[in-house]
Amino acid sequence: MDTLYYLIQNMLPVAISLLLVALGGMFSEVGGVINIALEGIMLFGAYFAALFVYLVQGSGMNPQTILLLGMLVAAVAGLIYSLLLSFAAVTMKANQTIVGTSLNMLIPASVLLFSKMFFMSDGVTTSINFYIRKVPVLGDIPVIGPLFFQRTYLTVMIGFALLIIASIVFYKTKFGLRLRACGEHPHAADSVGINVHKMRYLGTSISGILGGIGGFFYSVGIMDGNVNGHTGVAGFGFLALAVMIFGQWRPGKIFLGALFFAFLRTLAYSISLIPFLYNLGIDQTYYRMLPYVATMIVLAFTSKKSRAPKAEGIPYDKSLR
Amino acid sequence: MQDRNRDTNKSINLNSIRKNINFSSFTSALMAILLGLIFGFFVMLFAKPSSALEGFQLIAIGGFRRLGDVFYFATPILMTGLSVGFAFKMGLFNIGASGQYTIGMFFALMVGFNLDLPGGLHWIVGVLAGMIGGMIWGFIPGIFKAMLNVNEVITSIMFNYIGMYLVDMWIRNSSVMYNSNMTRTNYLPPSAQIPSLGFTGTNVNYGIVLAILIGILLYIILQKTTFGYELKATGYNKHAAEYAGMKGKTNIIITMMIAGALSGLGGAFAILAPSGIFGSSMTYEPVNIIAANGFNGIAVALLGNSHPIGIIFSALFISHLQRGGTLSALVGYKPEIIDVVIAIIIYFSAFAMIMNAAIGRFIKKRIKKEDTDIIEDETEEMDTIDASNNNSKEAE
Repeated sequence: MDTLYYLIQNMLPVAISLLLVALGGMFSEVGGVINIALEGIMLFGAYFAALFVYLVQGSGMNPQTILLLGMLVAAVAGLIYSLLLSFAAVTMKANQTIVGTSLNMLIPASVLLFSKMFFMSDGVTTSINFYIRKVPVLGDIPVIGPLFFQRTYLTVMIGFALLIIASIVFYKTKFGLRLRACGEHPHAADSVGINVHKMRYLGTSISGILGGIGGFFYSVGIMDGNVNGHTGVAGFGFLALAVMIFGQWRPGKIFLGALFFAFLRTLAYSISLIPFLYNLGIDQTYYRMLPYVATMIVLAFTSKKSRAPKAEGIPYDKSLR
Repeated sequence: MQDRNRDTNKSINLNSIRKNINFSSFTSALMAILLGLIFGFFVMLFAKPSSALEGFQLIAIGGFRRLGDVFYFATPILMTGLSVGFAFKMGLFNIGASGQYTIGMFFALMVGFNLDLPGGLHWIVGVLAGMIGGMIWGFIPGIFKAMLNVNEVITSIMFNYIGMYLVDMWIRNSSVMYNSNMTRTNYLPPSAQIPSLGFTGTNVNYGIVLAILIGILLYIILQKTTFGYELKATGYNKHAAEYAGMKGKTNIIITMMIAGALSGLGGAFAILAPSGIFGSSMTYEPVNIIAANGFNGIAVALLGNSHPIGIIFSALFISHLQRGGTLSALVGYKPEIIDVVIAIIIYFSAFAMIMNAAIGRFIKKRIKKEDTDIIEDETEEMDTIDASNNNSKEAE
């Protein structure tokens, strides 16, 4: 039972990070812009938030307040960076995949460059402890307490809140419906007076905000406050895209997908704690490849009946109507 | 008058050149490079203003000091560039060049360490093994795309990671290949190394010659064969090509296999190269990082407009920049500055064609305006000539 608690406690920060980034990808893609740049956006948000935490960590502020402020910094940074994508993809009608790739390449290199020049290292490491040993009252509930409210991070609860907000925006607001229209049939949307370019900018910006926050949560919950240019976010942006496809561009299913992938990843990194798997004597590298292999298997089975937004990746051109 | 005729002829020529599609992609590549360099300069100004000018100079022309190394380091990115560019012609985005490159490198290492062949044959077999390795890794996204309709971008990214983890594990677990004291691979036996071209002070070897020959071969395949034609037709319009009876699915698989083979060759050329110190060779450090040469290949392919001959030059150019970047460490910068510049170049080249078209329209307007100006000038001058004639008559 303790092992199970341990796995779930470790899985949730991973799942939340994946979930937020995948939701970000969803908002961008249902608006019609393919966001390959999530990896770069995550690292950009994480780096600025880490810089912020690094600067204020000596001031004696409450760690959870710093976490919330850092989250805001990450969101703003992610938003700004995503504007580069929107500008190229929406205004300049460029190839979205290529732009995304270039944005992914830019950030690790810049992080390495500046960290090496100003910190003499590969990145920033913050020494503040965001860890919550036990949430008062809630942590004492049997079963649910140890699962969700012990040895956790504030990020998990924020993540759940953001999931609920995202679902409401997606399904229950005028904005969500219009955004989805722009990804399915932009010309039809335009004909009823929706500004397609504006909607796509908004969709990509939301994805920048969520991507930046997701990146910061990754560095808090998984890297223990370290952000560096070498490992970056270890392909989490791409995994999130796979989670999004797995979730068929719907928030609820994306959440399930994020849990599934996070479980595989946590399992891969805690093999030594599970005697049964450890005794099999399989090289740990195989377990580390598991999330990526699982992605391929899942995609192989789901892509045939994929419900991808019809107009994704196609720049909107008014004159083609 | 004669002179002026020549001038107008020239402007007409310029006009027809400007309309040529290769030329317009050339100017858009130039513009992307220019913007990338300018941005790089600003980054340098921001990072360390005092030596920005000196550092920028090193980046821009420093590569000429190490011409041999420029060719040497151009070899792998030329191959990955050809790989990405070839897939582009078919409308596929081969972001998996890194994984194919790594697997190709591993296959080449396997042959290099485990087979015992005579000198002239050993490295050739190694190179071929690398090609086969890359081909296998290119085949996977191809079949996923053709049979299961999975986007090749996601597949290739996933297989970049899978390939990287596999190769790093295989190398670490092999006592022949891995030197745990150096945490790197051992030196290859000399028979497995690609022969050096024999220039002193540099490692440039026959790899670059082969790479350029492969580039020319690809050009011939694309321009002169039915397969190349089908490939480009599918790239332009998938449905039209299918309607015309071309086998789209088979072509996707073959294209990805060829693209993979090219990247695999890049990996083989990179690892089988001799190194500067006599008797040693290039080594690989398994540290779970995706090979950067694959992503640089994307930049190379975009700059070369996916044209094999263009890619040869753009690979040399990127390699030149990278050498300059290494040299800029002399004045306190880090080589990563070049990765920043390359990323910016890719970013701009993604929409440089559009900007270029806008500028092209602008220039066209200007030329038209100039043409009318010239005519006006002519009439004016005629008047003055007449006037001067009259004057001289009057003087008589």
